[in-house]
Amino acid sequence: MKSEQQYIELYSEAGTLIKQKSCEVMNAVRDAAFEVFKSQGFPSKKVERYKYTDVDAAFAPNYGISLNPYEIKPSKYIFRFSEAPIDITPYYNNVADKSDSISALNTALAHDGILIYVPKNDKPADPIQIDYTLRGSQDTMMNRRVLIILEQGAEATIILNDKITPQYDAIQDSSAHRGGEGQSPEGISFLTTQVIEAVCKDNSRLDIYEVEETYTLCKRFSNVYIQEGRDCSVKHNSITLFNGQSRNLCDVYMQGENSEVTLNGCVIADKNQRVDNNTLIHHQVPNCQSNELYKYVVDGQAVGAFAGKILVDKDAQKISSQETNANLCASSDARMYTQPMLEIYADDVKCAHGSTVGVMDESALFYMRQRGICEDEARTLLKNAFMGQVIDQIQLQPLRDKLYVKVEKRFRGELDKCADCRLCK
Amino acid sequence: MLEIKNLHATVGGKEILKGVNLTIKDGEIHALMGTNGAGKSTLSNVIVGNPAYEVTEGSIIFNGQDLLAMKTEERANAGIFMSFQQPVEIPGVSMTNFMRAAVNARRAAQGKEPLKSTDFLKVMREKRKLVEIDQKLMNRSVNEGFSGGEKKRNEIFQMAMLEPTFCILDETDSGLDVDALRIVAQGFNTLRTAETSAMVITHYQRLLDYIKPDIVHVLIDGKIVKTGGPDLAVKIENEGFDWIKAEL
Repeated sequence: MKSEQQYIELYSEAGTLIKQKSCEVMNAVRDAAFEVFKSQGFPSKKVERYKYTDVDAAFAPNYGISLNPYEIKPSKYIFRFSEAPIDITPYYNNVADKSDSISALNTALAHDGILIYVPKNDKPADPIQIDYTLRGSQDTMMNRRVLIILEQGAEATIILNDKITPQYDAIQDSSAHRGGEGQSPEGISFLTTQVIEAVCKDNSRLDIYEVEETYTLCKRFSNVYIQEGRDCSVKHNSITLFNGQSRNLCDVYMQGENSEVTLNGCVIADKNQRVDNNTLIHHQVPNCQSNELYKYVVDGQAVGAFAGKILVDKDAQKISSQETNANLCASSDARMYTQPMLEIYADDVKCAHGSTVGVMDESALFYMRQRGICEDEARTLLKNAFMGQVIDQIQLQPLRDKLYVKVEKRFRGELDKCADCRLCK
Repeated sequence: MLEIKNLHATVGGKEILKGVNLTIKDGEIHALMGTNGAGKSTLSNVIVGNPAYEVTEGSIIFNGQDLLAMKTEERANAGIFMSFQQPVEIPGVSMTNFMRAAVNARRAAQGKEPLKSTDFLKVMREKRKLVEIDQKLMNRSVNEGFSGGEKKRNEIFQMAMLEPTFCILDETDSGLDVDALRIVAQGFNTLRTAETSAMVITHYQRLLDYIKPDIVHVLIDGKIVKTGGPDLAVKIENEGFDWIKAEL
């Protein structure tokens, strides 16, 4: 049996319950999305955008679906879909790629959604932060849905933290992984699908920071879709500090002139971790700019993949675009796949792309060791320096400072959830 | 201090050192001269433990310790310092962080606590003056964007910070103008104590005008073929190596 069958059965069994727990705007498109998923199933590795991730295998285990409502702290800008201050029907599921199987499955199964709404010309002084905290006493699947709407002239900085509950987070106390109270000795697996749709109307500014800090038994399938109007500025920062398997998609549709987008990515993976980032910047109109920088440090037996496409339509003249993917393979077993792509139909554009995969600079290591710095420390310094370039790009200073510390701790192995837990090895 | 016996070493499978014998006592300065490709840099790299070089035969004893059994960083922390012929650029690692890691590694090896941040910066300030190196270079990445002269001065600055007992100056004079040469050489002389020993590799007498060697060796084809006093360096400066080769 292929993996999709159990989700098809799940929907036929639980579809009614999901609808009961959900809201009208979500239910209105639910059945249609399910039909898309049912007809396509999970994408195989032959599907270009999924060639680096075995989706079928990731979804094969039987996870229980979580239908608990989100615990949302009331805020001026954060709403549950059912309590949205505006009609979100024109936006919901209209930015996302409806033909993407993961998005379709998420649309079919998501029972609750978070709306971040910033009214016209409103500029919240503080960042808007959402923490997703995974928890449960058994293997669980979550389907998260977020809709971001920035009205004309609005500005927002949004931080989305993907974390696990503190019981897994304790570095010293590994009882949670080892079969503590109510836990299976195997640890608890989480499967998350996430669809984020962002609509940035004319003259708006959006900075999104997504930070994943989960653990080795977490699988994450995240699809982010951003639509930009005129005179907009968007930055999306994807930071994978600790994970199990992550497949992150980020698509940006440039639909208004004089807009810019920056995509930054920072990936640190070791052990058997998998991180696959797939991005698309689609220039549909002239006079826009895009910048993309993704950096990976893969160590241990980790596998990283990056595929980024810049697509420039025929009439999208005067585009300036730069795409860079730089990777450091810190061990001989680590693997990195990289695929920068330009697809240009206009004839007056400036586009560049490049990618590198390198190993540790032996001469720098020797130089540092000659100064008395031990090899592990020298490697940590080099990895940190390599990643510093991406962290430097983060505009939000408190987050940037925090990430400098976290990245360094990560390279020192201090973010491993359990010091001597086999799951964290 | 340092005793090298019958040292053979290869790099990339090619034998470069073919039986080097050399003894350097406490407080002595030895100059090592020789033709290009004779093995001078190989000898210094082997002493400091560059993993790219393989020792196939012989021994090196440093203050009673078997140096060849020690890791690169252990040798450094035992007091060996090499001023690199071509100092390495390390993008993204600031000089300050690099120096702090090195100084604290040295202190840890001596069983001392890490330096407090304020104390560390104070030491940095003092030592910088010795080689007249600009503060702004300390905020930059290690050797990145440094001029040739700044790189060499930076090597001596690091020596000042780490206070080694045995220094190797591997063509520290190459690429330096006369003023920079004087600053670097005087910096080294200021740092010297009665116990500090050094091996100075150079092609030219002018560095030895500042750093006066006790003994001068000539290395040709992987072996030390001639040893003499300071006069030997002067003679080589005037007459080249042909007369030594003719003697062989």
